[in-house]
Amino acid sequence: MAVVLILVLVAVASVLFHLLSPWWWTPIASNWHYIDNTIIVTFWITGVVFVAVVLFVAYCVYRFRHRPGLKAHYEPESRKLEFWLATVTAIGVAAMLTPGLFVWHQFVTVPSDATEVEVVGQQWLWSFRLPGADGKLGTSETRDVTSDNPLGINKNDPAGLDDIIISGGELHLPMDKPVKMVLRSIDVLHDFYVPEFRAKMDMVPGMVTYFWFTPTRTGTFEVLCAELCGVGHPQMRGTVIVDNDEDYKTWLGQQQTFTQLMASGETKTVN
Amino acid sequence: MVNIPSSMDDPIPPAEVEDVELYHSHSWWTTYVFSQDAKVIAIQYSMTAMAIGLVALVLSWLMRLQLGFPGVFTFIDAERYYQFITMHGMIMVIYLLTALFLGGFGNYLIPLMVGARDMVFPYANMLSYWLYLLAVLILVASFFAPGGPTGAGWTLYPPQAVLSGTPGGADWGIVLMLLSLIFFIIGFTMGGLNYVVTVLQGRTRGMTLMRLPLTIWGIFTATVMALLAFPALFVASVMMLFDRLLGTSFFMPAIVEMGEQLQHAGGTPILFQHLFWFFGHPEVYIVALPAFGIVSDLISTHARKNIFGYRMMVWAIVIIGALSFVVWAHHMYVSGMNPNFGFFFATTTLIIAVPTALKVYNWVLTLWRGDIHLTLPMLFALAFIVTFLNGGLTGLFLGNVVVDVPLSDTLFVVAHFHMVMGVAPILVVFGAIYHWYPKITGRMMDETLGRIHFWVTFLGAYLIFFPMHYLGLLGMPRRYYEMGETAFVPPSAHSLNEFITIVALIVGAGQMVFLFNLFWSVRHGKDAGGNPWRATTLEWQTPTTPPPHGNFGKDLPIVYRWAYDYSVPGAAEDFIPQNQPNDDRISREPS
Repeated sequence: MAVVLILVLVAVASVLFHLLSPWWWTPIASNWHYIDNTIIVTFWITGVVFVAVVLFVAYCVYRFRHRPGLKAHYEPESRKLEFWLATVTAIGVAAMLTPGLFVWHQFVTVPSDATEVEVVGQQWLWSFRLPGADGKLGTSETRDVTSDNPLGINKNDPAGLDDIIISGGELHLPMDKPVKMVLRSIDVLHDFYVPEFRAKMDMVPGMVTYFWFTPTRTGTFEVLCAELCGVGHPQMRGTVIVDNDEDYKTWLGQQQTFTQLMASGETKTVN
Repeated sequence: MVNIPSSMDDPIPPAEVEDVELYHSHSWWTTYVFSQDAKVIAIQYSMTAMAIGLVALVLSWLMRLQLGFPGVFTFIDAERYYQFITMHGMIMVIYLLTALFLGGFGNYLIPLMVGARDMVFPYANMLSYWLYLLAVLILVASFFAPGGPTGAGWTLYPPQAVLSGTPGGADWGIVLMLLSLIFFIIGFTMGGLNYVVTVLQGRTRGMTLMRLPLTIWGIFTATVMALLAFPALFVASVMMLFDRLLGTSFFMPAIVEMGEQLQHAGGTPILFQHLFWFFGHPEVYIVALPAFGIVSDLISTHARKNIFGYRMMVWAIVIIGALSFVVWAHHMYVSGMNPNFGFFFATTTLIIAVPTALKVYNWVLTLWRGDIHLTLPMLFALAFIVTFLNGGLTGLFLGNVVVDVPLSDTLFVVAHFHMVMGVAPILVVFGAIYHWYPKITGRMMDETLGRIHFWVTFLGAYLIFFPMHYLGLLGMPRRYYEMGETAFVPPSAHSLNEFITIVALIVGAGQMVFLFNLFWSVRHGKDAGGNPWRATTLEWQTPTTPPPHGNFGKDLPIVYRWAYDYSVPGAAEDFIPQNQPNDDRISREPS
């Protein structure tokens, strides 16, 4: 009997915990509320199945627990029942997969008006690069990384000379403008992760990865690394500040281009 | 091979080959140490697996202490923390669960349940165990090597796994880890070939494939999968070892490490991930399928009812096994691989949910109108259904590519895989030990201690991992030595972490009750007799208990019926052993 009660309790307590617990996702700050919606659909479908099956087990244990004289029914299989169960399950699975794939299509289709923003990871800090006046990021190469060119930007590519370099781990983004985050690493795997944006993607040395999103509210958000990258992994933090247009322009005006940075580096060397 | 027409009226065909003579041991050493008897090898595998599993348990305590009470236990620094989680994961998945299900239960049960005197290749079977032990010893040695064991996470992703920013990356740790895996795989291959060939070749007369107990179907399919999947890990391990020791660049692109240009160029870390998960996903089912099979038999025996939909259960095992080879990249949705893979892998992953769900339905429908004896094995089977269902359902979140994006690399993933391939299979391991212990030792394990162990383990594990999903939903990343000050993490989340740690300590302590029971009952348990559960399968029909060398008496048993003739209408008893002749013609074995 204790078994029956506890099984019922497991089902009920799980639902209550889901409804009452204070731990839930962070308020969203991007366009990916579709992802949140798909999670909600999935919670509903899986929650109903979980409760139904656990309560059914509890009922079986209650109703068919051993008593003197009880004999089990003998029924090897029922094709009809198995067919219906398979069909209903397939429909449930399709109800989760279909919206999932639909949203994934959006996730992998970067809008043509998205601005590229490069994130470069290294143990254990973040750097950023914005395209300069020409709107294009210059090419880069891990082999070109030196102490005065920490992102390995190709000095012979004119598109890179006006790129804006942001070290110090604080990136600003304008609100409501789609951005394509172009991700690079110069040492090991990292993962650019801002919980409020819902999106994340690994950064892999030797290749360029990406994801896109549109920031939908202003605020300051913490960047975490989500791929184990060595002992400093939890300390690898950064900040993304989503600004309105005006604040963004002010901030942008204060940043230095690659050319300016190299010039100041050379001055330092001369002095 | 023996081929029996499906109609029950057909006589059992004559034996096609003579019974073979077994190797007989001549000394204490060849009987108990360098033994070629699968039952002894099974016990050697199981004891070694449990011993190293105990190390993994202690490691989980240490990591939980750090997560629940960061900064309090100063000897746990970041390096050690990452070494603990890496070793915990690797030991649990490979050296405990794989070894115990296949090397332990596989060795003990396959020959007995199919009606064979031993494995087909006993000498290779013995070598399998000694190579496994060597692999375990190399793994243990890494704790004492300069720099300690690797801290790369159990996935061992390069390039960090072989670089100095990761514990053991530039020292011995990763080298010993890879060597240990290589020996494990060589050893497993010898055992695995044995299990497959014995099931195919060594069955007794009348034991058709569709009369095999589901335990054997689960172990057999898992072994076939392991033989096909482990080579991918073998190749990946050898290549990474070359990258680390010889300076090759299979997985190493151009890298600037701490301001210094390394000599590597042209390799790709993603290749390792594909190889790893080509092994790693089937590995989930290598652990799960034996559990599926065993739990089917536990439920059927202790509910005194045939397993519902036996043929569907067999096909589900086979289909899950096959499909699990085309879902691996669902571990890599945010790895940076071509994002269009997401469409394919999300679809295959969610399709696998259908045969898996059918298995759950059939377990539950076996309980329906049964005669449920709430024995220890049945309790663990019920707990398995709850935890596997829970973990399987959260798999539908993570398998659905776009839902995985916010949840991957968070504690949601940790909670999911612990529930589905940690807690659920381990509950089956316990159920199976309580079930077969009387056959192995001739004595019952203590019931009261067993019940204490059951409630602590089941409820404790659920309390640990169910709430953990919500920390992941909140956004807390996995593999964080400490959260530190993070704006979106409320203080209540830290309290929950403390709670989880305390429960984890209690659940760990609960396992000591099990260990005590395991050893105490060898001498002091109640006498079990040959068939205490009144079960139908062949291992319960041996002439003596524990079964002798050669398993059966002078003649091998002949099988007349499937493994699930429980509560057959008109039968005198509520079970009919598989080797009972069909004179009564009352079985309604599906055909």
